[in-house]
Order: sequence, then C-alpha cells, then structure tokens
Amino acid sequence: MNTLEQLAHGFSVAFTPVNLLWCLLGTTLGTAIGVLPGLGPALTIALLLPITYQVAPEASFILFAGIYYGAMYGGSTTSILLNTPGESATIVTALEGNKMARSGRGGAALATSAIGSFVAGTLGTLGVAFLAPVVVKFALAFGPAEYFSLMVLAFITVSAVLGSSSVRGLTSLFAGFVIGMIGVDLQTGQPRFTFGTTELLDGVDVIIAAVGLFAVGETLYMASRRYAGKDEIVPLKGSLYMTAAEWGRSWKAWLRGAAIGFPIGAMPAGGAEIPTFLSYAIEKKLSKHKEEFGTVGAIEGVAGPEAANNASAAGVLVPMLTLGLPTSATAAIMLSAFQSYGINPGPLLLTTQANLVWGLIASLFIANVILVILNLPLIGLWVRLLKIPAPQLYAGILVFATVGTYGISQSPIDLVILYLLGAAGFLMRRFDFPTAPVIIGMILGPLAETQFRRAMTISNGDWSVFYKHPLSLTLLTLAFIGLVGPHFWAFIEHRRRRGPEHVPGDA
Amino acid sequence: MSTINQPTAPSRLAVPELLVGIGLLACAGAVAWQTLAIPVSPLYSKVGPTVFPYLTMVGLMVLALLLILAAFRGGWQPEEEKETPTDWRAMGFVVIGLLANLLLIRPLGFTAASVIMFVLVCYGFGSRHTLRDALTGLVLALAAYFGFARALGVNIGAGFIENQLNTVIDAIAGAFGA
Repeated sequence: MNTLEQLAHGFSVAFTPVNLLWCLLGTTLGTAIGVLPGLGPALTIALLLPITYQVAPEASFILFAGIYYGAMYGGSTTSILLNTPGESATIVTALEGNKMARSGRGGAALATSAIGSFVAGTLGTLGVAFLAPVVVKFALAFGPAEYFSLMVLAFITVSAVLGSSSVRGLTSLFAGFVIGMIGVDLQTGQPRFTFGTTELLDGVDVIIAAVGLFAVGETLYMASRRYAGKDEIVPLKGSLYMTAAEWGRSWKAWLRGAAIGFPIGAMPAGGAEIPTFLSYAIEKKLSKHKEEFGTVGAIEGVAGPEAANNASAAGVLVPMLTLGLPTSATAAIMLSAFQSYGINPGPLLLTTQANLVWGLIASLFIANVILVILNLPLIGLWVRLLKIPAPQLYAGILVFATVGTYGISQSPIDLVILYLLGAAGFLMRRFDFPTAPVIIGMILGPLAETQFRRAMTISNGDWSVFYKHPLSLTLLTLAFIGLVGPHFWAFIEHRRRRGPEHVPGDA
Repeated sequence: MSTINQPTAPSRLAVPELLVGIGLLACAGAVAWQTLAIPVSPLYSKVGPTVFPYLTMVGLMVLALLLILAAFRGGWQPEEEKETPTDWRAMGFVVIGLLANLLLIRPLGFTAASVIMFVLVCYGFGSRHTLRDALTGLVLALAAYFGFARALGVNIGAGFIENQLNTVIDAIAGAFGA
C-alpha cells in the first residue's frame, strides 16, 4: 500500500466520532496547558498515562498527540502576551511577539503565530507521512549494534550539543540512566540500585519522575523566586485580522520556518530551540523591516520561529515512530505509553500497527484544523486562563501531582520519591541543569542497554562490532564529533583571539 | 586569606556550585556502592547486569569532577540568578504543605490532605484569602478525585469526605436506577 492509501485509511480511523472527541479533548487540554505557565505537554501526558489501561491505543495516542500539538499553539499565546515563554520552544516567539503586543499589534502576532503553526504543522505532518516509510526502509537494515550507536548519537545531541553546557546536560542524562536502572534487571532478574528495599524492585515509574521534576521541582523553584521581577499581561489590542502587508510578510516566513524546523526535528537530535533560533536569525537577515526587530516587533520574527517550532514538533515524531527513538521529554513519555500497551515502536510499527500509526498521523491533520479554530476565534478564552493567580495555579498543580502519583499504588513511598525528585528538580532548575535529558535517559537508557547486550551476545563478547560495522562506526563518529567538536572549535577560537594579547608589553 | 576576599577576581571559588559538584560525587559514590552490591551470576559474565552501572558510575564521577573544577573557576551561574535572593519563607511553606500531604493522606484521605496542602502552598505564594483558598482547594480536589481519578480508573486514597460523597452518589444513582 502506498502512503496516500495508508493515509486515507488513517482518516477512516481518525474520523470516527469517538476519536474526533478524543482529538478535540486533547487539543483543548493541550492549548490550556500550553497557555498556563508551569505546565507542559510532558507533564500532562505523564499524568494521563493511566488512561492507557482504560482505552484503545488509537484513542490515547490521538489524545496525547492533540495535547502535544495543542501545547505548541498555547505556548505562543503566553509568549506574546506575557513575555514568559510557556515552553522552551517559544522563547524566540517572545522576543518579537511581546514587542508587537506592547505596540498594540498583539492581535496580528497571535494570528500569524496561529496560522503559521497551522501551515507548518500541516506541512510537518505531511512530512511525517511521507518520510516515515522511507526511514523504515533504512531502519530495517539496523542490527543491535547500529541501534546502540544511534542511541549514543541521540544521547549526545539531546544532552551535550543542545543546551548551554555539555557537562550539565550529560550530568542530567546520566542521572536519568541511574533512575532508569533502578529495579529488577529484565535479562538476569537481578535487583539493581534498590538499596535493599522491595518498593524499588519495580523501578521508578515515569509518571513519578516527570511529575517530580516538572511539577514539584517547578513549584519549589517558582516559590523561591518570588522576588524576581514579575511579567504583566499585555491586554489584547488590535483586530485578529492581518492586513495584506502582514500576510505578505508572513507567508514566506512560515514556509521558510517549516523548511528549517521539520528536517532538524526529524534528525535523531530533536529539540525545537535550534530551529527556532535559526529561523529568527534568517528572518532578521532577510527582512526589509530590520528597524522593527527589537523595537516595535517584526511580524516575520514571530511567523518564522513559530512555524519552525511546530514543524520540528512534527519532525520529532519521525524517529519516534520509525526507530523508537524519542528526542524530547514529551516523545519519551509517549514512548513509555507505547510500552504500557506492549507495543515496541520501531521499523515494524508502521506495518504491525498500521491502524494506530496512520490513525495518529491523520488525527494530527485534524488536530491542526481544530487548533487554528480554537486559537483564533476563541483566543479570548485562553487569555482569561492567563489571569489565574500564581498561588492557586501552583497549589492546583501540586494537587494534580498528588492524584497522578498516589494513584499508582496508594503508597506514601511513591510520594516520598516524588518529593525527593522534586527537590532534585528544584536544584537542577536553580543551577541550570536541563531536565529533559533525565526523562530521555531514564526511558532510552534501558533500551540502549538491551541493544548493547544483544549486540555483545551476538558478537560473543567482542567489542569490535561497534566499530567494524560501517554504519555503527559512522554514528559513533558523529556522536564523538558532536561531543568534542564544539569544545575543540571554542579552543581554536580562544587561541586565535588570545594571540594578539600576548604581544610583549601589552599585558 | 587574601584569595578568598577578592570578589572581583574572575576565578574565585563558587561555593554553591562546589556543593552541587560534591553532592553529585556523593551520588556517584552511592551508585558505586549499589553497583558492587549487584550479585553477578557467572552465567552472564560477558555482559552482565553490572556493565552499564559501572559505565554510568564512571561517567557520573568524571562529570562531578568537571563540575567541581568549574566551581573552582568561578561557577556557571548567571549574575541575575545569583542576585535574586531566594525566598526561603515561601519555599518553606510549600515544603510544609508537601510534608502535610504526605503525612495526612493515609489518615484523612486524599481530599482533606489536598485541601490542607493547597492552603499552605497558596499562603507560601503570598495569598492571604485562606478561607477562599480552602474552598477553591476543596472544589479542585473533589474535581480531581471524581473527574480524574474515577474517569481514569485510578484508585486514590478515599477518606471520610470521599466515602460520604460516594455513598450519596451511589444512593442517587440507585434511586434513579429504580
């Protein structure tokens, strides 16, 4: 079956009334949590993971995907009106978007980001539909050694290449490995890192880890930062309709943003920060209205990064669905939802779970349509959400954190682990350690270990499998360059710039 | 003495960052201790359950040492982060709220424990409408309990409040059923 037939089949799955309702629920919830600062898609999907015991896989993934896309739309509203990015991927949107809102063009900023999100999201989803089968063809040739090397590459890119410091990113990743190893080793049945307790034999639930780091840690951090300056909401002024000139300046930026965002998202590196910053830089360079950047706010500077953000969010689904390789915290938690159904995402997923995958992709198209409707005519509703005062918002987040955690096994031990991870999350936030690599390390670490041991078993304990297979060697080399390259480059630059300073008598 | 009292020197020791590095080194030590405690069966001697723990342990130790080194070079925190004073009082109330929830959820049930936590956290964040917060917390906890927990089939601790309401709901449902 070709892609179009598969997609048509997917629409027949997604267009059932029940699945449409799940999509509507997901997109609405996603927009809401995207708008609210302190709540993100990773946390929300983690809290909703118990739903996998109740409904069919199609329904829960349509719900999760709706939340995932919805959070991207909602996050931009917060960035534009509050200047506090709702998501890390919308930091760039805040740069120009908030300036536009302050100069009375908030309506146009919201419109270009919503329509740009729709355009890029739809293009990105098309990209997923057509690229996924291609990647599968490559992935079928992968053996355990290649999988392991690919995961090493992903580990390096998500922790060391992205973010402000490779040491801190890797520290987060390794902390995730430790959490992921807690419990019974599935291959030998030996307990690991349990400190002799029986409660830890089952391992740490991903719900507890995500809620601890993202909800409890964030709440503690926000409480400790009450002296920091507060952002005020810019009242929404100006009509939501864009003028012809604004359309003219937006559409090229949308397309460029989508063209930058999707490929970067689809690489086993992920992350929306790089494509959004890249798109911003390009728009600034190409713009005929450079004077508006950083002063009254340039519409291209909102349109491009927003499109890049949504296209890369779609791109992240390609390695997730075809290789089982999550490159963001949200994708990692979706992977654990697959595991909870006993489904292993990988090259066979597209054929063995065709209903699920194509239904999911089709529902993403529907989600985009629902989201552009939810986020333009109903924008006033979401702006009102921004007015929820911080005390009640964070106290409420903790109530839901308790429901999600205590509900797993009604054990106060789970709450103790939750709070310990919350304390760790606070320290990480305080000392600028990224939290997403923890979740990725925790979920992907055990999978990497399995592939590693499989490869070593096949090779009879010979380590050379990892560098004698050309593909595996290439992936490991890329990972090494990713890890060492930036430092090497910085060292060269440092040397070159220091050169003239060492002229005698100049010091 | 003289090296400590040089606030403007670029490479002065950053104490908070040093503590983070030492804490991480202690964690790596705990990982080492637990790795040594993993019983290894000779059947799996090739790639047993300890290979990855050892790799992780070594990785954590190297990273901890790099962080300590960074701390000696002046740390990595941006100035604005250092300049914002920590609101210990607000944090304290949030922590007390969390602990109250932990201790009370068994004896009092989810709803009552949540309301107490909600009020304490709101107070910590600066809200002074305690009664209104208690009511908000009650509504939210009940919504979480009935909307979230029951819909998802998650069984969270029922206390006095939940049991009373469950009885009422069952009675109403029974009356309508009959």
